[in-house]
Amino acid sequence: MTDPILFAGIDEPALNTIEVYRRRGGYEMLRKALTTMTREEVLDELQASGLRGRGGAGFPTGKKISFIPAAQIDKYLVCNADESEPGTFKDRELMQKSPHMLIEGIVIGAFAAGANRSFIYIRGEYVEQADIIDAALLEAEAAGYLGENILGSGFNVSLVLHRGAGAYICGEETGLLDSLEGKRGNPRLKPPFPANQGLYQGPTLINNVETLATIPHIIRMGGAEYAKIGTDSSAGTKLVSVSGNVQRPGNYEVELGTPSREIIYGLAGGPPEGRRVKFWFPGGSSAPVLLEEDLDLPYDFNTLAEAGSMLGSGAIIVVDDSVPVVDVALKLAKFYKHESCGKCTPCREGTRWTVSMLERVDAGLATPMDLDIMASVQEQIIGNCLCVLGDAMAMPIGSMVAKFRDEFEAHIETARARNPWGDAAPEPPPPLVQGAVGA
Amino acid sequence: MIGRRKKRATEPARDAVLVPAVERAPDGAAVRAPEREDPLHPQRTVPRFGHGSRVPGWDDAVDLTKDPSEIPDPATTPVDPQLRAEIEAHMAKYPDYRSASIPALAAAQRHHGWCSPEAIEQAACVMRLTPGYLVSVASFYDMLETRPVGRHAVYVCTNISCSLCGADTLMQRIKEETAGDPDFNVRAFECLGACDIAPMVSVEGVYVGPVALDDVPKLVAQVKDGVPPLPNKQLRLRKSSDPGAARAVPGTVPTAGTPHPYGGEMPGQAPGPPAAIEYPPPEVDS
Repeated sequence: MTDPILFAGIDEPALNTIEVYRRRGGYEMLRKALTTMTREEVLDELQASGLRGRGGAGFPTGKKISFIPAAQIDKYLVCNADESEPGTFKDRELMQKSPHMLIEGIVIGAFAAGANRSFIYIRGEYVEQADIIDAALLEAEAAGYLGENILGSGFNVSLVLHRGAGAYICGEETGLLDSLEGKRGNPRLKPPFPANQGLYQGPTLINNVETLATIPHIIRMGGAEYAKIGTDSSAGTKLVSVSGNVQRPGNYEVELGTPSREIIYGLAGGPPEGRRVKFWFPGGSSAPVLLEEDLDLPYDFNTLAEAGSMLGSGAIIVVDDSVPVVDVALKLAKFYKHESCGKCTPCREGTRWTVSMLERVDAGLATPMDLDIMASVQEQIIGNCLCVLGDAMAMPIGSMVAKFRDEFEAHIETARARNPWGDAAPEPPPPLVQGAVGA
Repeated sequence: MIGRRKKRATEPARDAVLVPAVERAPDGAAVRAPEREDPLHPQRTVPRFGHGSRVPGWDDAVDLTKDPSEIPDPATTPVDPQLRAEIEAHMAKYPDYRSASIPALAAAQRHHGWCSPEAIEQAACVMRLTPGYLVSVASFYDMLETRPVGRHAVYVCTNISCSLCGADTLMQRIKEETAGDPDFNVRAFECLGACDIAPMVSVEGVYVGPVALDDVPKLVAQVKDGVPPLPNKQLRLRKSSDPGAARAVPGTVPTAGTPHPYGGEMPGQAPGPPAAIEYPPPEVDS
């Protein structure tokens, strides 16, 4: 196992203050980047590092920055700290314990993108973390790492902390931009992508907290050196949030390509005594589930994609064999139904009907044919909306129905035996409105 | 006319359709068909309002002669100076002042307890926006309350990781403990991003967990008394669970106390953070 990069000495007391951070060599990479390197050199290092976005999509960061046009117009950098994917809590720990690492990364990222205004969009529930970042911003500004003519380089950037107010959809990049503009957080049609037309219609670079916090380390190590960590397609280390039915839930920094079993059993202690892993979400609740036999897969972007799932935000949720799969599916579907913003019909209606169908399964009113209908609803959501919230429900639910079809059918049978209607099909409910009101 | 429905007199005949079919016994007396419980539709007669709709106020025709509500007039809308200053400070931070709508609504909510029509009107007055625009924003976000709520916000995470660790029972227990207390705003919330301390509760922004069922009476009492909730279970005191975090990388990240070539005096006057991250004393009696 390699040494941690982001989590090295993260528990040092008062690391959230600028004194301790500077004593550890903090902000020196900002000095190096701004005073000895050009924008292109920074970009080259990031591209050489092979860093891929840590928020969910896994898009190469260097490439994303290179999409920002070089023209002399207002450009923006937005740090996505709206960590709302169920099971993910890595950014929370980073922001809470080492906010200056994030600020340093944002300023270097803004330098590479040529952005003069930057924002951190933090979710409203993270009150303590936002207060810590607020204090860190004041310190960094007073020390001259933010604002005008940073470290005498002539580069200006401002950084504003924006607190959200609780909406999962604001973690989606265009929903976040709308929310940051003071509107309802509805996603936008893409293209144009934010790199061309984002915040206030200007070119905007949006990156996750972990991605930006890695940038100072890439400058320190050099892109080529960073690329040596991990696998060929997935360079570097990744913060993995392990939660659910494990003995030691928490954030672990692992080298990409580490076997998943080592993360779940070695670091997180595996499921409680006497239980087995039934299935696990490799990348937050939006990722299709994997089974116990997939535990030996290396944990990296490409392998998980080949296995039919995704690395996503790096949140592993372990479900052990004591939990019925229908319960998990219903919980998930209700979450996505609640959080669907309602802009696109397939997602708004699909999430609602999926919940209704799962409730039928649970109430003993369903037949195995309902599972086919449910699977077809999932298929019709995928790819038909402006953003991937609908897909994020459709993919895990679809994979659960596919992989645990026997259990769903058995659940349907036991629930039918339980319900007072017996085997008889329920009468259709009486007409509610037709004929009654219009008469 | 679009958007307008004719107002009808209440029709008593409507209810007759919803009454189950009537059977006749041999002696001619009416016998109601045996009611069967439909698990998904336990109440088969849909509750309706007096005007026959399931939506309150559906038939209250929109007054089309009235103009939509405009930006409130500062002369007739008194705003607390403190609230005004807070909203204006937020507006000054962004290139477009409308970006401040969420912080402004949050500030108004702190002042008024919820996003009441009055609070929204005051925020709209300061921001020079219509109240309708701010209502559209306030109704979108979970943390902006569009109904009066208790002042102690207790969010219980009931999403998947927490519910695997028993959050649903915890939610029920907290609801029982605070039942009937109007000061409490207990809500089942979506993933709060603290699955490592599942099942967890956010008490006015302070994350605590894992919360055992036995902790609930103590937690509720502490919230009532306004003291920090469960001091030894707060998230900010938790150390990283990664064993690698304790190992510092030699040469790259100097540990505390190591002299550093660049570690000179800080330029400028930097105010310190509100409090350093501390660790709990070994024994805390809470």
